[in-house]
Amino acid sequence: MAGSTGGGETIMATRGLAAHELHAHAAPQGFIRKWVFSLDHKVIGLQYYFLALTAVFVGMFLSLLMRIHLIWPSVALPLIGEIKPETYLSLLTMHGTIMVFFVLTTAPQGGFGNYFLPIQIGAADMAFPVLNMLSFWVTFLGYIVMLSAFFVVGGAPLHGWTGYPPLSALQSAGPGEGPGADLWVISIALFCIGALMSALNFITTTLDMRARGMSMMRMPLTCWAWFITAILGLLAFGVLFSAGILLLLDRNAGTSFFVPLVVVNGQLAAHKGGSPLLWQHLFWFFGHPEVYIAILPAMGLCSQLVSVFSRKPIFGYKAMVYAMLSIGLLGFMVWGHHMFMSGMSPYSAFAFSIMTMAIGVPSAIKTFNWLGTLWGGRIRFYSPMLFAIGFVSLFVSGGISGPFLAQPVLDIPLHDTYFVTGHFHLIMGVASIFGIFAATYYWFPKMFGRMMSESLARWHFWFTFVGTYAIFMPMHYLGMAGATRRYSQFTELAYLRDLIPLQKFITYAAIITIAGQFIFLFNLFWSMKYGKKASDNPWEATTLEWTTATPPPHDNFGGHTPVVYNGPYEYSVPGAPRDYVMQNDPATVAAH
Amino acid sequence: MASYTPTVSLDDPTTSTGGNGHIPPHHHDGDDFGSSFFDVRLRRARLGLVVGLTGIVMIFISFSSAYVVRQGLPTLDPRTGVLLHDWFPVPLPRLLLINTTVLLISSLTMEIARRQAARKAALAQLASVPGVSMHAKEEVSWLALTVVLGLSFLAGQWMAWRELAASGFYVDSSPSSSFVYLLTGMHGVHLFGGVVALLTAGAASLLRRPADSLAIAVDVTGWYWHFMAFLWVYILCLLEFVH
Amino acid sequence: MGLVLLVVIWLITFVSAYFFIAKTWWLPTGASAAAAGIDHHFTTTYILMGIVFVAAQVLLGLFAWKYRDRAAGSPARYSHGNNTLEIVWTVLTLILFVGLNLMSSSIWASERFRPAEPGALQVEVTGMQFAWYFRYAGPDGKFGATKPELIDPSAGGESAIGLDTTDPASKDDVVTGTMYAPVNREVEVILRAHDVIHSFFVPSMRFKQDAVPGLAIHMHFTPISTGDYEIACAELCGLGHYKMHGMLKVVSQEDFDKWLAAREAEKQ
Repeated sequence: MAGSTGGGETIMATRGLAAHELHAHAAPQGFIRKWVFSLDHKVIGLQYYFLALTAVFVGMFLSLLMRIHLIWPSVALPLIGEIKPETYLSLLTMHGTIMVFFVLTTAPQGGFGNYFLPIQIGAADMAFPVLNMLSFWVTFLGYIVMLSAFFVVGGAPLHGWTGYPPLSALQSAGPGEGPGADLWVISIALFCIGALMSALNFITTTLDMRARGMSMMRMPLTCWAWFITAILGLLAFGVLFSAGILLLLDRNAGTSFFVPLVVVNGQLAAHKGGSPLLWQHLFWFFGHPEVYIAILPAMGLCSQLVSVFSRKPIFGYKAMVYAMLSIGLLGFMVWGHHMFMSGMSPYSAFAFSIMTMAIGVPSAIKTFNWLGTLWGGRIRFYSPMLFAIGFVSLFVSGGISGPFLAQPVLDIPLHDTYFVTGHFHLIMGVASIFGIFAATYYWFPKMFGRMMSESLARWHFWFTFVGTYAIFMPMHYLGMAGATRRYSQFTELAYLRDLIPLQKFITYAAIITIAGQFIFLFNLFWSMKYGKKASDNPWEATTLEWTTATPPPHDNFGGHTPVVYNGPYEYSVPGAPRDYVMQNDPATVAAH
Repeated sequence: MASYTPTVSLDDPTTSTGGNGHIPPHHHDGDDFGSSFFDVRLRRARLGLVVGLTGIVMIFISFSSAYVVRQGLPTLDPRTGVLLHDWFPVPLPRLLLINTTVLLISSLTMEIARRQAARKAALAQLASVPGVSMHAKEEVSWLALTVVLGLSFLAGQWMAWRELAASGFYVDSSPSSSFVYLLTGMHGVHLFGGVVALLTAGAASLLRRPADSLAIAVDVTGWYWHFMAFLWVYILCLLEFVH
Repeated sequence: MGLVLLVVIWLITFVSAYFFIAKTWWLPTGASAAAAGIDHHFTTTYILMGIVFVAAQVLLGLFAWKYRDRAAGSPARYSHGNNTLEIVWTVLTLILFVGLNLMSSSIWASERFRPAEPGALQVEVTGMQFAWYFRYAGPDGKFGATKPELIDPSAGGESAIGLDTTDPASKDDVVTGTMYAPVNREVEVILRAHDVIHSFFVPSMRFKQDAVPGLAIHMHFTPISTGDYEIACAELCGLGHYKMHGMLKVVSQEDFDKWLAAREAEKQ
């Protein structure tokens, strides 16, 4: 591995005003300004990342308890005791909510996006550093509120991360639907506010703060992904926020937005005329773009990594950009595919299903292009690349089950079964987590100045790659056999009892896979102190973060504004002195 | 075939190179002296506002679509198994028209304040000019007037709520009354945010913060304020005419 | 490492595919008129998607190994892509995906776009925390009124659905906890829910529909084979969701008439 920062001049901008523009505030002093209420996007990025790190271990622990309960329903666990059916449902609800919001919507965008978007486009910080800081602390507050739901009377809600009313709207509908459910809604509302603030920053920064020469079509695909994700967030989180307000009012102010006349346990509730489907429409109008918010940054990173580690330009840069834009746009037109069985008009279902099949096309294009990038390359199997290749495999597997669910007629047997659970875990959960792991292994040297242990990383990769397939692939078989979701036990129906052996296999696989994640945790913290010292560009990559010091200085480029001459994927350019050309290298690359 | 040369070259016509070899003319940074750096910051702040307003628009679009859907939705009467419509529009208090007028006037005063602040920022670029301090006083008072009008609007909204309650329309009385409280309430919350922003700008002005930062703050808040007025008119029309 | 990746990816692919092909765990035997069409389309989808799945994973593994960095190897191919190829595979994918969907749409239309046939047996299916109740209209062919104030789940049967016994049409209504249907006759279910959303799922009938409070949803299916078929609730409805199950018993028309007559007799 070469140790140099890469060639290229930078133009030293006129000191006075440029410095002011480069960094509107001087490097902070003192622990509080530097690490707690920091305005530096790099620190804020790390704050988001570590928030997500604690959240993922909480979420994983919850799923471990769930899997244990499913195959040993009457076992009393140490400290926790016996898991009752309602407890199982609370675990399930909080697992989904914490993972989707505080891990998948936090680490890739708030974490790595915050840290690296400004650097990759050659800016000194985000457009609005104060807003950036506030967005983190609002998100953090949301996280605390969410966790507090476990500790109130009745405990955490049991209505699933999707929170369908009337179950989520009626305090009497089940344990946990009291104050726990209110805290859940409030937490989500706070999260929406934090997400909107963050989206504002990402979009403004990308549009207005690119360095000279960094046209939109020269941005790394990671920047495109963060940009499009932010647009999706901007348009979707407001809708979730509104739905949350309406739900809070139904729960506490006696309104009936979502609740028709209902009788719970023989008691007439004080509601009438509302529509449970209205919630579903609002929720999924947010919820579908949300899954693309969860996956797009990982797609952008995968493109980055297959290019860097194959020493080849990404195959079809423009197609990749258009594919991400189409995914973003179409993502707003398919929400009804979550509602085929809901009582929605079958004609609408047909329309939504056509759009849903259409959105599979840009995803397929991206997969072909990743394969096209590998083809003819010189692949280096460093840990980021292992996870990128793993990502492609998982994305294919998770994606293939989509066209089954997208066709309403096939959704009839498969909706609300383990088939769906397997599908979204593979394509959204695991694939996105692989993106987070890949990003960690890739950018750790730049953030902390040291390399993570490659051998520990490989163990982690194999445990996780094989383990997650072992957990989630069998869920498709369960689903086809009719195994319904969100059941706290499989003891009541004969055909479910027959499937318990397969459920056991999944639980064992989960226990082993979860154990393997501690390898990563150890590697992460151990390497911060004892990892081999990293050079400025250990991967020999071309994008701007690798042109600056490791870790980057407060204003990212040490007073030098970068000037960009090349695209982000100029690897193995014929005639070039090395097999990579930095983006700020004035020796330009052209093709004809 | 690709080539690596230090010179500017052609685009590949059949594939994307992700950008050709020359440096496009820059327009982003503040290399130039003079007012361009202020221009950059103003443009960036305005861009941020437009983006932020898009997020807020989505909130109100969701509420609006819930409103329209709820109006048309029949509900099953469990006693008879028949679908009935249960939407009865709420008669809106006339006070709302007065509140609207107050808000529109406040938009006017806000605009004056905004232009004053911009002029002051331009003047401040040059050496201090006799009479600038007089302008400072005028600027604060237009800002203060807007705050007063904004708070009056909010007080008027509160009074309108009391009037509704007195006629028996509470937030949980009927679907249409729920929406009246919801839409006016959410708008009020956002407008209050604007009031807070104005108070902050006013305080900054009294603390003699730089005129250009002040102008940017007042500019962005001004456009936000105008948007809130527009949003209010939209909400009023929705409640009054769509039923 | 490239070889290991190839082996592992191919192994995972072939093992997964094996269980699909062997149908070790599969859809239960279809027992409704619609099942054949649905299952046929399921097979078409899974064969086509299976081919794509295997091809993509095989290529991934192959490329990981074949294009590994070797000390003595030619440099990586410098290419930014191929527009023609992009267009070709975009169009092919679009045709495959949309084509599949259009193929299934005629089945969807026949299941959901048309109302039940005139001679169908009407059964009102009511879901509540945590049981299903089934109501038959009886000889008068009319369902009697129900009142929310009369709902008392703990009393079961007619009280559970809040049947208004003062309504003359209610006199011959039969409410049971087990669903009976005659074979080879279309059943029209009228789905209702009292408290939260439930979902009426009969895997063997390839039938699923949410029961939503505030709505009475009409759907239909035709059982074509006698037997006992489990009913599961397929929408999270609270702590008892896992045990909210029922049984559909499909019998001959004769046996069904006998059974219904016996239930009517019990009411006198």
